[in-house]
Amino acid sequence: MSTLVKQRQSDSPVVVSTRQRILRKIWRDRFMYLLILPGALFFLIYRYVPMLGIVIAFQDFSPFLGFSGSEWVGLQHFRDIFSSAEIGRVLWNTISLSMLQILFAFPAPIILALLLNEMRSELFKRFIQSIVYLPHFLSWVVVVGIFTIFLRGDGIINDILKQVFGMNQSIGFLTNPDFFRPLIVLQVIWKEIGWGTIIFLAALAGVNPEIYEAASVDGANRWRRMWHITLPALRATIVIMLILRLGSVLDSGFEQIFLMLNSFNRDIGDVLDTYVYTKGVRQSDYSFATAVGLFKGVVGLVLVLGSNYIAKRMGEEGVY
Amino acid sequence: MRSQLLLWPRKWSIVAYEYIFSSHSFIRSLRVTVYITVLGTLVNLFFTTTMAYGLSRKIYGQKFIMLAILFTMLFSAGMIPTYLVVKETGLLDSIWSLILPAAIAPFNLIIVRQFFMSLPQELSESALIDGASDLVIFQRIVLPLSKPILAAFGLFYAVGHWNNYFAGILYLNDQTKWPIQVILRQIVVQSDAMNALGVINPEMLANQPPPETVQMAAILISTLPILIVYPFLQKHFAKGVMIGSIKG
Repeated sequence: MSTLVKQRQSDSPVVVSTRQRILRKIWRDRFMYLLILPGALFFLIYRYVPMLGIVIAFQDFSPFLGFSGSEWVGLQHFRDIFSSAEIGRVLWNTISLSMLQILFAFPAPIILALLLNEMRSELFKRFIQSIVYLPHFLSWVVVVGIFTIFLRGDGIINDILKQVFGMNQSIGFLTNPDFFRPLIVLQVIWKEIGWGTIIFLAALAGVNPEIYEAASVDGANRWRRMWHITLPALRATIVIMLILRLGSVLDSGFEQIFLMLNSFNRDIGDVLDTYVYTKGVRQSDYSFATAVGLFKGVVGLVLVLGSNYIAKRMGEEGVY
Repeated sequence: MRSQLLLWPRKWSIVAYEYIFSSHSFIRSLRVTVYITVLGTLVNLFFTTTMAYGLSRKIYGQKFIMLAILFTMLFSAGMIPTYLVVKETGLLDSIWSLILPAAIAPFNLIIVRQFFMSLPQELSESALIDGASDLVIFQRIVLPLSKPILAAFGLFYAVGHWNNYFAGILYLNDQTKWPIQVILRQIVVQSDAMNALGVINPEMLANQPPPETVQMAAILISTLPILIVYPFLQKHFAKGVMIGSIKG
């Protein structure tokens, strides 16, 4: 004991002086802290205080009783989540939609990037790029709106099917639940295919053109050059993008799905995010909705960190 | 009603636009959205640049703050707790609910910070020797040098505000404050143009344009601002995405 006390006593002047040094540093940089303050308050109030609010997932929260007055129920909501058939269905909807996106919407920009890379006229390539990037900046309301106008019973697609192809009945693209998932994927492809090429085109910009020249001198045709030069140059980017995409399988584009949902497709279309909204905001079941949100957040965190870890292990540079 | 599908319009007319602009709710929501976009973008730029500059030099606690910011990109409390905080801070049914809870996009903050860090150190050092404070350096030296990047992120934030739909239905019950995307959804997705627009001008009601025409016109009007800024956006975004992919 006594040695410990002695040691502490002998340490204390040093401690004071480091503290002083830190204080002096802080004082020197006081304006930097002043600049940080507004942003720090934003993160504190709108990002970290809500994390404290997660406690209501373990309560039977009522806005009238408040955080302190509401009854604690422990893990009851989580037991409900794992035993609820409804959650199982919503989770399945979320994951199967994500898998479809990875299968179809993920490769689309890669293919487009390969096509763009083969274009000879730089001017024409720029022109095409300008066109395919644009939908990324349209709102989901506009995209879903245009699809709705085209696809509904008296829309132009059904008109063409009837008048040109002689069908005698309209197809219920928007009311038949079988069309829900394909339409969601199609919309994502239409909106994001161009934007998605940017990162792949950037990877291709780093390829030395002499490699292509050498290959064509050796008699490699366009397909061979694409297969043996362009695709290997993209491999690293494709792998890391795919792994990172896998990290966000529980995110499924809230606005888009919310806009596409109607009473006909709710069974197949409800995903975790829309479910939380319906439960929490519409039905005011705050605690249960928060518990579902927390479940999604925690699984999402594990998936993102896990996919990053794998990306790093594979020799790619992770994002975090 | 419809007899035949035609590829070429039978008649050119702007009556749908006249119809829409005779609707008070449409004009009002356009005005609200312009207001939110301008005010929101200014708030975004202020919060983002000040914090990014404050974190651009080695100061005590900088690492901790950066980690705290990164963490919010990985994990969020979720919709309901955020909703409750917005409610508790008194923003419900105020257009500030579309601005303050989205004051900083962490991704943008990180890129702007990287840009500030890439500026030559000598500039601020010589100003420090001349007796300028960090605030003066930020205001007089750093911000003027950052005009291109401010323009780029201003545009990105602005497009985000203009296109935002969900925050509107989450936080605003008061119809008079609904932004354009909420009205547009009523008109186009719910096919409820006549109700959403609430045109009362009897002259307009007497010869209503076909609903498809009104819907398409509404889409065009609300997308026009995006189309106008698109060429400027395009100049910046390829660069922005590239900077973002460099690890900080």
